[in-house]
Amino acid sequence: MALLFTNEGKALTTPGDDATDPTTAEPGLAPVVPLVSAVERAEPLNAFLEFCERRLTGAYAVDDFGYDEDLTEQVLLPLIRVWYENWFRIEVRGLDNVPDAGRALVVSNHSGVVPFDALMLQVALRDHHPAERRFRMLVADVVFDIPVLSHLARKAGHTLATPEDAERLLGQDELVGVFPEGYKGLGKPFSERYRLQRFGRGGFVSTAVRTRSPIIPCSVVGAEEIYPKIGDLTALARLLKLPYFPVTLTFPLLGPLGLIPLPTKWIIEFGEPMGTEKYAPEAADDPGVIFEVGDQVHDTIQQTLNRLVIERGDPF
Amino acid sequence: MARVVLVTGVSRYLGARVANALQADPQIDRVIGMDSSPPQQPLGRTEFVKAELHDGSVDTVVRDSGADTVLHLSLVATPSAAGGRAEMKENNVLGTMQLLAACQRSSTVRRLVVRSTAAVYGSSSRDPALYTEDLEARDTPRSGYAKDAVEVERYVRGLARRRPDLSISVLRFANFMGPSVDSPLTRYFGLKLVPTVLGYDPRMQFIHEDDGVEVIRRMALNERDGVFNVAAPGAMPLSQCLRRAGRPEMPVPARGLKVLGGLARKGHLDYSPEQLRLLCYGRVLDASKLERALDWEPSYTSQEAFDSYVATNGGEPAGFIGQVWPRRQLREVP
Repeated sequence: MALLFTNEGKALTTPGDDATDPTTAEPGLAPVVPLVSAVERAEPLNAFLEFCERRLTGAYAVDDFGYDEDLTEQVLLPLIRVWYENWFRIEVRGLDNVPDAGRALVVSNHSGVVPFDALMLQVALRDHHPAERRFRMLVADVVFDIPVLSHLARKAGHTLATPEDAERLLGQDELVGVFPEGYKGLGKPFSERYRLQRFGRGGFVSTAVRTRSPIIPCSVVGAEEIYPKIGDLTALARLLKLPYFPVTLTFPLLGPLGLIPLPTKWIIEFGEPMGTEKYAPEAADDPGVIFEVGDQVHDTIQQTLNRLVIERGDPF
Repeated sequence: MARVVLVTGVSRYLGARVANALQADPQIDRVIGMDSSPPQQPLGRTEFVKAELHDGSVDTVVRDSGADTVLHLSLVATPSAAGGRAEMKENNVLGTMQLLAACQRSSTVRRLVVRSTAAVYGSSSRDPALYTEDLEARDTPRSGYAKDAVEVERYVRGLARRRPDLSISVLRFANFMGPSVDSPLTRYFGLKLVPTVLGYDPRMQFIHEDDGVEVIRRMALNERDGVFNVAAPGAMPLSQCLRRAGRPEMPVPARGLKVLGGLARKGHLDYSPEQLRLLCYGRVLDASKLERALDWEPSYTSQEAFDSYVATNGGEPAGFIGQVWPRRQLREVP
């Protein structure tokens, strides 16, 4: 199908095409402005048709974790990019702190009721990092119980937050992301915004030490205000087996309209990597080391958040 | 040194293939095949013994043959293949117990290879992306084939404790796939309209039949103790399988699929609860331990194995949801 289209396109670019090249134009004559050829115009359509053909015939590859690069690049990322560029107008800083290659563990704050921050981090690293790094996040288990979301998360390159999966990804020199606050951070009320929650048991530190991966602290400002959560319907949440059921200024008051996040201005900053090489792999189980490193990461992110909130000023 | 190999389940596809591969090896003096029904294809120089595993006659067979290597391949995956769930359990669990008891008493047996299944890992949303042999099932199978396999493995561990001098391997196979495989899963892929669980797209993993036979052959000849995952590299989402096979999918809510499963059981298509969980969450194994132990790699990836199945079975779809296979001759394989 796609091939047919290229042929058609070529057929339309008749011999006259060569004459439009300014270098072959005779001196003294005004250079001919080349028109966009039919081939070029057909390019996006061709690419789209080829994509459809690949999807319909199953001609694509998926890695062991279920990461579907074709789908992510062609469909998922473009959808998220719209939010990134036009809605949240995100500014990224400190991308040179993320290595061009090799393993690293990005540790970020988590907020906003719906994990938009995770999606935006993926776009930031894919679109704005010079090495176009793909970002593999460790996702809470609840997501994998939700139909559709569970397989979309896998296809976008993410996996269940377990030590086994984290170590396997880092062992393959991937850039892995984790949100140690978990639901405590994501679902915290509006009044607690920019107050970093406790970092669980610090499993991410053991993983980093065991796999000798640097930890890159990351602070996201802006996500905390997209859904100002003022209440929580715990009974309904229990019924739906969700960690919380948020009440915001607009949800559920305005119904589906209330699901639209507020267009806040975001800043994402990647901090300096913290090496874990100074610890022996055996230290991975040492609570002293885990809490020391964990607290250090926690403080760095909290301080950066405080600074960035002031620098940003107006949330919109 | 004389080598005598006893193969259980020799009348079914996998057992017959393994027996044929072994009898071609001049190092092996005798291959003895055992099953409760006569073989469906010529076994060559393999000697056939017709006996039920679970009635105690296996003890005599092991003793009289003087076997030094026992390949236990006779696990039955579906009730329809065994003639009912009770018979299936009798064959799988009691049969294995009898065989293990015979091995324990025997003075000649040195090596035991047991065929198990990746289904022992269950299938759940809490699963790690890849299962290694040392990981516990997040959701232990509670019924059917998978539960049988869990019990079989428990008895094998018991034997290993009592006879530490025996060399024992347990092979956890991913789903077999290839031109000759006729399993619940290949029958599922053969449907005209394939029901899938709405909102789920599990990762599937296969092992090509030739690779599966080769692994058992190598395991019979090399003493590599322990539990091994046997699976082809790579995973495929179910949706991709169906598109490669050119089969339209019909997403059905999980409850609806249970009902369909009930209907389908009459048509020789088994949708056990484990199978349904697999269709929701999938399962992928890490088989690197096996590749290191045997210094060998499967010659087919999961996708190549699936493509080879499609190449031979890709023509006419077999039929609708349940009314499928009774007309065709059933050859119950792995």
